[in-house]
Amino acid sequence: MKTKFSVEIGKLKLNNPVLAASGTLGYAEEFKDFLELKKIGAIVTKTLTLKPRQGNPTPRTCETPAGMLNSIGLENPGLGIFLQDKLPFLKKIGIPIIMSIASEEESAEFLELVNRINLIKEVAAVELNISCPNVPGKTGLISQDPEATYKTVKEVRKITDKVLITKLSPNVTSISEIAKSAEKAGSDAVSLVNTLGGMSVDIERRRPKIAAGIAGLSGPAIRPVAVRMVWEVFNKVKIPIIGMGGIMDVSSALEFIIAGATAVSIGTANFINPGVCAEIIADLKNYLIKNKINDIRKLTGSLKI
Amino acid sequence: MKNFQWKAKILAQTKIKDNYWRCELRAPCVAKNALPGQFINIRVNTNLDPLLRRPLSIHGVSATKIKIFYAVVGKATEILARKKSGESLDIIGPLGTGFDYAACSLQPAAPLLVAGGMGVAPLIFLAEKLAQAKSQKPKAKTTVLIGAKTKERLLCAQEFKRLGCDVKIATDDGSSGFKGRVSDLLKCFLLASGLRPQIIYACGPKLMLKAVTNISNACGISAQLSLEEHMSCGIGACLGCVVRTKNGLKRVCKEGPVFLAKDLIW
Repeated sequence: MKTKFSVEIGKLKLNNPVLAASGTLGYAEEFKDFLELKKIGAIVTKTLTLKPRQGNPTPRTCETPAGMLNSIGLENPGLGIFLQDKLPFLKKIGIPIIMSIASEEESAEFLELVNRINLIKEVAAVELNISCPNVPGKTGLISQDPEATYKTVKEVRKITDKVLITKLSPNVTSISEIAKSAEKAGSDAVSLVNTLGGMSVDIERRRPKIAAGIAGLSGPAIRPVAVRMVWEVFNKVKIPIIGMGGIMDVSSALEFIIAGATAVSIGTANFINPGVCAEIIADLKNYLIKNKINDIRKLTGSLKI
Repeated sequence: MKNFQWKAKILAQTKIKDNYWRCELRAPCVAKNALPGQFINIRVNTNLDPLLRRPLSIHGVSATKIKIFYAVVGKATEILARKKSGESLDIIGPLGTGFDYAACSLQPAAPLLVAGGMGVAPLIFLAEKLAQAKSQKPKAKTTVLIGAKTKERLLCAQEFKRLGCDVKIATDDGSSGFKGRVSDLLKCFLLASGLRPQIIYACGPKLMLKAVTNISNACGISAQLSLEEHMSCGIGACLGCVVRTKNGLKRVCKEGPVFLAKDLIW
């Protein structure tokens, strides 16, 4: 029996449904000694902005029960340096590159970024990070407002033929409403979830453990929340879902797929086990063979309720 | 693809005193390639809490073995201390950029090592390497200044002596050696001895390293400092452990943990 393992995110075909999540694989070079990068379905870059960003003060991360908080604040070298120093290595890997981008002021920066990314044929898709919780001075996120989400995605959609993925925040009352806005505006897929707002306190100093105070929680601690949200969104939209939130192994990846994800992203687990993406891909194949499933796509949303 | 992730068998696990432990691991590739100042990143178990690895500096190497020296300070190190000989640890390493000691062995003046508290851990490994390099040049005797809160918490003084170092001690309460901070001892030592070591190598708490930076900058002595930071990945991906330098933000886990004092912005 031949097992079909590839999936489609819009017109983007992935050899397998396992992605490395934004910000957790650096720009991939850091991981070249730990796994064969070309085995990964696609790599989502650390979020880029037009200009370099210093990010937030330290401490920026801390461990929490079964999870971690981070407030990196989108530190990145800016698009120009990325194209010059980081993209050549990514291109050589030969798997789809998904560029995660963020914008400081509404959509103007997104449009300029996308206009430039349009010219890079090796970039397969753009992920709009409208859900980073760690940008100082921001009160709300685009992805917390259905109209702002619609407007931003629509404007970007107008100027690009690249596959467009919208990354959603779990810090909302109804994530499926936001997902519907992204779909209506022409997003090819949604990825969820970004980190969950959290805080940890140093009781001796009575200060937050993270310098910025509030940070984003990731890791297994948020997995049930993320799986629930994938299921909710799956029932409301037709576009593919890239599911993520504390995936550590094949069984946690399968939870997301069964709940409705077409593909999954591995995040925090890369920090603990840098070869984990390749392990999950191999284990996922074995699961399909063992359960006589000839196409991974049959599993998506196969939850019985 | 090179490999950096290993199953390392625990060969010995020794309680030194109080909450201080020394652990010996079988890790041939790490032993072969490790440089003083580099670290390994340890996963103490496969449970989800503690979730992240713990970076511990390499304390020494011999043939196929490496040593780590640690204090039990939290959940992960408690689990580590309960591990017995024969058990295995999932380790990644050697990681990071270590001390540059090649230049030092060419210098006529002896190097100076400054350790505060657990800062002795990587400096023992460095002293070993310096002793090996020195065997061709017996005149230069390495001086080590060790600081601790009290006499009871003084670490590795005998080990440094065994490596042929001249050891000077500072304790906060004066229960052994100089009364005061090790950075104050450094100041006095430079004044009293009139020596101008070519290089200072230091590891210890942030405030101590900051003081060493000020002293070394003032005296025009080059200093290499090994910084300690909480790390989430240890391999340069998460950008959690960055420090400010004159050349922009640098990752303690990748461009560090050893930095030139003159480059750091405190």
